[in-house]
Amino acid sequence: MLVQPMLPVPYVVDKVRQETHDTFTLELNQPGTKAGFSFLPGQFNMLYVFGVGEVPISISGDPLAPRPLVHTTRAVGTVTAAMRKLKRGDMLGVRGPFGTHWPIEQATGDDIILVAGGIGLAPLRPVLYHVLAHRSSYGKVVLLYGTRSPADILFQKELEVWRGRFDIEALVTVDRSSDHWRGNVGVVTNLIRRAGFDPHHSTAFVCGPEVMMHFTVLELGRRGVPDNRVFVSMERNMKCAVGFCGHCQYGPTFICKDGPVFRFDHIRWLFGKREV
Amino acid sequence: MFVIEREHFQALLEALHQRGFETLGPTVRDGAIVYDRVERDTDFPIGWTDEQEPARYTLKRRSDQAMFGYVVGPHSWKKFLFPPRERLWSAAKNGNGFSVMPEPDHSRPLALIGVRACELSALAIQKKVFTGGPFVEPGYQSRAEKLFVVALNCGTAGGNCFCVSMQTGPQATAGFDLALTEIIDADRHYFVVEAGSQAGTDILNDVPHRQAEKVEQQAAVTVVEQTANRMGRKLETEGIKELLYRNFEHSAWEEIANRCLSCANCTMVCPTCFCSTVEDVTDVTGDHAERWRRWDSCFSVEFSYIHGGPVRSTTSSRYRQWMTHKLASWIDQFGTSGCVGCGRCITWCPVGIDLTEEVHNIRASERTANKQ
Amino acid sequence: METLERYLAEHAFFQDIEPAYLKILVGCASNVKFQPGEFLFHCAEEANSFYLIRHGRISVELFAPNRGAVTIQTLGPGDLLGWSWLIPPYRWHYDAKALELTRAIALDGKCLRNKCESDHSLGYDLMKRVSYILNQRLEATSLQLLDVYGYGK
Repeated sequence: MLVQPMLPVPYVVDKVRQETHDTFTLELNQPGTKAGFSFLPGQFNMLYVFGVGEVPISISGDPLAPRPLVHTTRAVGTVTAAMRKLKRGDMLGVRGPFGTHWPIEQATGDDIILVAGGIGLAPLRPVLYHVLAHRSSYGKVVLLYGTRSPADILFQKELEVWRGRFDIEALVTVDRSSDHWRGNVGVVTNLIRRAGFDPHHSTAFVCGPEVMMHFTVLELGRRGVPDNRVFVSMERNMKCAVGFCGHCQYGPTFICKDGPVFRFDHIRWLFGKREV
Repeated sequence: MFVIEREHFQALLEALHQRGFETLGPTVRDGAIVYDRVERDTDFPIGWTDEQEPARYTLKRRSDQAMFGYVVGPHSWKKFLFPPRERLWSAAKNGNGFSVMPEPDHSRPLALIGVRACELSALAIQKKVFTGGPFVEPGYQSRAEKLFVVALNCGTAGGNCFCVSMQTGPQATAGFDLALTEIIDADRHYFVVEAGSQAGTDILNDVPHRQAEKVEQQAAVTVVEQTANRMGRKLETEGIKELLYRNFEHSAWEEIANRCLSCANCTMVCPTCFCSTVEDVTDVTGDHAERWRRWDSCFSVEFSYIHGGPVRSTTSSRYRQWMTHKLASWIDQFGTSGCVGCGRCITWCPVGIDLTEEVHNIRASERTANKQ
Repeated sequence: METLERYLAEHAFFQDIEPAYLKILVGCASNVKFQPGEFLFHCAEEANSFYLIRHGRISVELFAPNRGAVTIQTLGPGDLLGWSWLIPPYRWHYDAKALELTRAIALDGKCLRNKCESDHSLGYDLMKRVSYILNQRLEATSLQLLDVYGYGK
């Protein structure tokens, strides 16, 4: 438990990697210590750019190799735009980790279905690392990833590696094709029909835009995966990350502490309601 | 039960000053009774009362010299424990990096004088928000620990009061060091006093007082009973959480939104609303940065902003969020309603939206629907 | 014929269908194979059949003069391709091209239309199956339209 949850701890940028035209990955280390950053897959940190501001970003690294701390995000606002300009040696403030995690420990023995949309692949990558490191504890492992266009595909090199493995089924699809794209075209929900898993012994982890998650849960249900075996990661405005500021309320929940990962049947009554 | 005579009230203030408390209480300013520093008994709103209706607040002269003969004004005590604007930390650049300095604890012992029963509940509710979860807000905790509370059992009920419905008043039952009931007879003016803590007893011992007689005790009981019977409004709370959860989609929200100005007054005057935002600032050199927290409101469009746009772009969704949070989801979050029945949101709403009436309407619409 | 009937029964589109219907349907079915790059049909051609994909991958394309071929969707094993055989004027509105070696069962639309007309129970069963797919495609299209991975407004 953090003693001073409101205070950012300075971390130094070790590596910056451009992933796509608008996404990038930062590798961070805390100066003066060899210790890594312990977290559970699905948790997030508040990242502070000096004098600019702070934003919640999920952790995209390997929970078993917690040094460096890895974050992947998209430059969409003032803070993330400033973050993209950081270079090796620059400093960044870190508060965290916060929030609930993907319950991988409960899914032991199950087939694992990961459904990611767009940047939603980043918070699911730690699950994949965990599952691959404990491969024999799980049944079939399916990664279904949809994104806007071939140029928007995150972690391309890793995806190629995963697609080459025999113990994981990794399917990628894009909403909009381009000239050189030879892969699937269509929304990520199309992949659910095609993937090989046992719907009655599966746990699904879903992360992406709300509308995408809505249709994904629907399609998983059609294949027979019950809502209480589906977990989704929700997004709302987060300012404090510790339940004080009230911004991230989603019905009775605070996304920052009761989420971001929810069992779907727990929030089904709110899901899809307008402007909650 | 004890009695402090009106002429010894000043001794109570002095006893608190003696022990290093800054004394805060009601005083008349700009046509309203507000909470501020009070040094002498004459700083109190002697002989004043307030009349309240939806969107209306007027100060009036009383026929007597009561010190606490009003209800509640636009201020609540939360501003002392949860300041409207507060620095959380400062940071200084050094080379490529920076270091972060926590804000030093500037808190002083505060004595709040004249805290109504509904306001005691509000204090308890906010304390739960800031110190009852997995994380503790250090500033709030530090201020709350040093607090001395002089409660006041209400001798008058306002036109927008409904503490009886919310079971928060008008009698102070917990959360105070001393509780006063002001009694004005034809020929006497005194306070019946109850001590709620050792700290309260200690202060009481510094003030001229004596055991209360039976008639005096009875007088105090009668005052509170009369107040309880004169509530300006009521709110049926049974099943209110389920009622509002069932009615996320209801024409009432649109109808309210036609009147609601989204001005955020209700959230500013509410003694339990706790939402805040932060501002990150730097000085001109760019070497020194600070983070400030300030009160925010779920009525602002930016409140729910995520990349791409606000989640709650319509007034109806924001009003629904506020009222459903206050009266329903608060129960799931903190085990208590977020409403204490003080009526401030009704009084200070520029268009007089009355949440008790809005809940009643939604409830009534279900009854009508069931009959059909 | 027996293998064909088994293929039909195994395909997701005909999940849990009455064996009696299967017997009728198999009379309209045939095994087909397409080489990579081969077109199954072209836009505006008469739509006389539909395909249940068993192996491989198909792209459904529209050709726009200024943009070239635009892939709307790719289909794979377990998917159904085409319903224009069911809806007048029975013409394809898209091009369909095999992206890799593709095996499918082709069902003769004219043959099927006649059987559905003479046996409305079979027709209704088939309509339910097709409308389920239509609904899924409609959902997918609306999701695609929303451009959910974009920046919002």
